[in-house]
Amino acid sequence: MRQEEVTSWVQDAQAAFLAATDLDSLKAARLAHAGDKSAVALASRTLGSLTPEEKASAGKIIGEAKAQIAQALAEATAKLEAQRDMKVLLEEVVDITLPVNRKHRGGLHPISIIKNEVSDFFIEQGFSVEEGPELESGWLNFDALNIPADHPARTMQDTFFIEPVESGMVLRTHTSPVQIRSMLTQEPPIYVICPGRTFRADELDATHSPVFHQVEGLVIDRGITMAHLKGVLDNFARHMFGSDVETRLRPSFFPFTEPSAEVDIYFNNRWIEWGGCGMVNPKVLATCGIDTEIYSGFAFGMGLERTLMVRHGITDMHDIVEGDLRFTRQFGVGL
Amino acid sequence: MRAPLSWIKDFVEIPTHITAEQISDGLIRVGFEVEEIIHQGADLTGPLKFAKVLSIQELPEHKKPIRYVGLDCGEGETRFVICGATNFAVGDLVVAALPGAILPGNFAISARETYGKTSNGMICSARELGISDEHSGIMVFSDADAQIGDDAINGLQINDVIFDVAVNPDRGYALSIRGIAREVAGSLGLTFTDPVEALRSLKFEETGKGVSAAIEDRSTASVFYLRTLSNFDSKATTPLWMKRRIEKMGMRSISLVVDVTNYVMLELGQPLHAFDKAKIKGGLTIKRAGKSSKFVTLDGQERILSPEDLMVCDDEQPLALAGTMGGLSSEITETTTEIALEAVNFCPVCIAKNSRRHKLSSEASRRLERNVDPSLPEFASARFVQLLTAHSSATHVATLVAGEPVYAPVVTIDPTYISKILGFEVSNSEVAQILRLIGCDVDEKSWTVDPPSWRADLLGIADFTEEVARMIGYDKIPSILPPRPKHATLTPTQKRRRAVATMLANRGFAEVQTFPFTNKSTIDAMGFVAERASTYAIANPMSEEFPLMRVHLVPGLIEVAARNISRGAKDFAIFEMGSIFRSSQKLVTAISPSLDKRPDQKVIDEIFASVPSQAYHVAGLLVGKIENENWQGKARSYTWQDAIEYAQEILALCNLDWSIKRSDFAPWHPGRCAELIVDGKAVAHAGELHPRVIAKYGLPERSVAFAVGLSALPDSELVRPTVVGTMPAALQDVALIVDENISAADLEAALRAGAGDLLESITLFDRYDKIGDGKISLAFTLVFRAQDRTLTGEEVSAMREAATNQAAKSCGAIVRTA
Repeated sequence: MRQEEVTSWVQDAQAAFLAATDLDSLKAARLAHAGDKSAVALASRTLGSLTPEEKASAGKIIGEAKAQIAQALAEATAKLEAQRDMKVLLEEVVDITLPVNRKHRGGLHPISIIKNEVSDFFIEQGFSVEEGPELESGWLNFDALNIPADHPARTMQDTFFIEPVESGMVLRTHTSPVQIRSMLTQEPPIYVICPGRTFRADELDATHSPVFHQVEGLVIDRGITMAHLKGVLDNFARHMFGSDVETRLRPSFFPFTEPSAEVDIYFNNRWIEWGGCGMVNPKVLATCGIDTEIYSGFAFGMGLERTLMVRHGITDMHDIVEGDLRFTRQFGVGL
Repeated sequence: MRAPLSWIKDFVEIPTHITAEQISDGLIRVGFEVEEIIHQGADLTGPLKFAKVLSIQELPEHKKPIRYVGLDCGEGETRFVICGATNFAVGDLVVAALPGAILPGNFAISARETYGKTSNGMICSARELGISDEHSGIMVFSDADAQIGDDAINGLQINDVIFDVAVNPDRGYALSIRGIAREVAGSLGLTFTDPVEALRSLKFEETGKGVSAAIEDRSTASVFYLRTLSNFDSKATTPLWMKRRIEKMGMRSISLVVDVTNYVMLELGQPLHAFDKAKIKGGLTIKRAGKSSKFVTLDGQERILSPEDLMVCDDEQPLALAGTMGGLSSEITETTTEIALEAVNFCPVCIAKNSRRHKLSSEASRRLERNVDPSLPEFASARFVQLLTAHSSATHVATLVAGEPVYAPVVTIDPTYISKILGFEVSNSEVAQILRLIGCDVDEKSWTVDPPSWRADLLGIADFTEEVARMIGYDKIPSILPPRPKHATLTPTQKRRRAVATMLANRGFAEVQTFPFTNKSTIDAMGFVAERASTYAIANPMSEEFPLMRVHLVPGLIEVAARNISRGAKDFAIFEMGSIFRSSQKLVTAISPSLDKRPDQKVIDEIFASVPSQAYHVAGLLVGKIENENWQGKARSYTWQDAIEYAQEILALCNLDWSIKRSDFAPWHPGRCAELIVDGKAVAHAGELHPRVIAKYGLPERSVAFAVGLSALPDSELVRPTVVGTMPAALQDVALIVDENISAADLEAALRAGAGDLLESITLFDRYDKIGDGKISLAFTLVFRAQDRTLTGEEVSAMREAATNQAAKSCGAIVRTA
């Protein structure tokens, strides 16, 4: 068995595989050059009749030839399979620009989103989130907050009263009764925020709604000062309005805080009133049984609608309360 | 509260370099929000002259009255102008803008041809000069007011800065120029002269018998000054400067006597009331209305008096609604010659109640409700006598006094508390200095502080702390974070609510928030009955249309859906989370423990228990199509299955197991409503809305909804992982024939019960209802898996058989063979 002869078989096979244009012609070429009746196969069968020495040398030649043929076949197969696949895939081309089946887009109400955002911020600061009933006892909503019976806020103009009026039940006018509940049920230190829905008998217009939302914060601990109030408000304002926002405290009046202040923010090149705050009035602490010799505290409150409107430049309250899907969907599930 | 700079300057020396903006900033810094700074006259240029009307020629050929008026402007010759107003006569003094003048609104005056004449200027109304809204005619003056040819810009004191200041309810003293001026001085470090000081020495000669003053109950008024004057000639007019100041304060000049009462009130803060003495029978007494039932106030309104109303009465009848409004019968008129002037320190609550009962808020009541300096009845009434006698022929007859002023008590304070609360160091001497600045007497040895007469609000250390802080400036407060408290997290309830809302939003629901109000007809239309229909009523609702608290979330969702449909939306899903207010308990009479200490725990518990529980729900409404018809295929509408799926998904998200059954439950279709039951309690309903509800609210046919009582769900962990088996699963399909009234849930429950613990899941994959004879076929795939081994064929067959046996026993199911 001559090396040259075997080499020519290999070359023939390689040429035939290379010449195959598809997997069918490759199959024919494979049968011819690598099949049972191919020259290499036939030669392989004669090896048994050779002497051991001849067998060793011829076996090596045949073995190498078989490997070369197999490799050529594998290469040709891979190439032709890829060609076939490409052809099939090209036939399966579609217009991927066609409108696909669009599901309805949902979204959380922007007030929920901002409430979540505020809650997450304060939870991270170690405040817990407290909630309370919307239909609330007048004692918790007013008296305990040092809003005496003759205070203008208690007149029919501002507060929704529940029948019978003698029950003193109201739709809470702020989330402050939740602060009172916290102080009556927890021991200091108290670090809470109270987000929730509140009610005032205001006509719905571009900037007012009879039903709105507040978030209030309350801290009662040893050595709490107005500087701590300022620190928390600065942080909170930056979280809500960006790191460039400035805050300003202005003296003001609330029955439940003394000293009291309005919080303004400098946002979009102007001062905007954001909320109210102050040091918890010692009278309120006394009503809640908190020892003012040991503890002091601060409280603050903001309107969530107002925060949302200022931050996003929303000019009409109707958008927030009417539930128009086109408005709500813009907010997705987070800001 | 308005405050003209020119008036403030009566009591504060303000250097010329200090601008209006600096004054405004000062006021804001010490707690007085300046809502507006009005630069009156800034947009007005003369010449503006006082002129005498010499002649009036009516030009009748025009549609409206037109006058051709000859004016003496002190120029030596008559100037003729056209004028459309008719409220003046020859001999009157008017204000004329001459050519070259520019009036507010950039209105340039020039000589011009009009109505066939040359008009050489314009006679002005107050509004045209930007000094008031009065435009019913031109301004008319008398010879006492000005000289012909005088500069009217100066004469009318037009150039002025008016601050519109918001005054907080605890600072009643600042509802006066005296109070505002004090704050301006304090905030800018300027010298303040208290106008009251000059009044202390005023004494009037007693020349006759005055009207007597009495207070029936000292808790309604502390001190009552009643000054009687006579020889008044009602032709006396208000001097121009006083009139102008009253106008700058936003009030109108009425008559000399009324103007002087108002002027003194604006200047000092003490409301005064002048009676025509001739109408008073006997003396004046401050007392409750008692049984007097009707009373006509100055505004001509007849009012039904409450026995509680505080009145100023003569011996026969009430003459004034105390501190609120005078009576028509004793008002000052053109025939008045004798005057009784009342100045009282009323109890603020009494006046607040008077005002509230009669829905009558006046300049007087607004001040008296907010505490007026109790020393003022004496000084303000003296100021009245001083001004009225100076500007008319009136003379003082006698002054009678009842009661005496009651002042805020002296307080002992710990000055170091102030630094402790403010968070920065304020020395004791600084505290004393500031408290003196605001009018307190301070003894630095004993730290007893005597607040000034006008500060009834300074009662405790916190009040003094605020005074110190605001005078130093809140901007001096440093910004420090408090000590970091313990770790916090959302409560399981809060986490659950948030998970549910986020899931629904991600599934294509838009969240809405509706007002929680409803009405009887909505409750009826929904078909709610019994305890599901009973709720709390609002005593003073926004409108009679929505006087009740909501009992369910679906009506609100329907309203929002209808609104969106009216705006062009067709297919959508919305949800709301919130409280509902079924009247779960009868409301008890308010419990109002005293406030000076913590109430007993029992009382606190009673207060908490007096507040009815308010269930928290989530509800969804699905309207129209979940998928629209398009090139991909046919449309698919939302169906009852979708509503049930979402309700179940909420329970699944809360990691709860539930059972399901059909329910006839409003506002759903009685045959297409599922009730989901957790721990034996119905917690959710879902399905197709009742056709009657759909029709009434114009929703698309077969709209569907769900409602889940989140607060009724038992506690559960949102995440509760179990070990996942890795041994192979064995699948077994069974088809069962049952009566058509057997529910899939019952059949599934029977299979589940029979299959045993190794059943991993069970899924209905086919329902065939063409068998006839009232029978249907339901086919399930049962998946069995053991944690520790591969199940043998025999085991699986046995479990399957056990399952179908149980189904046969419970539901009469027959295994269907192929």
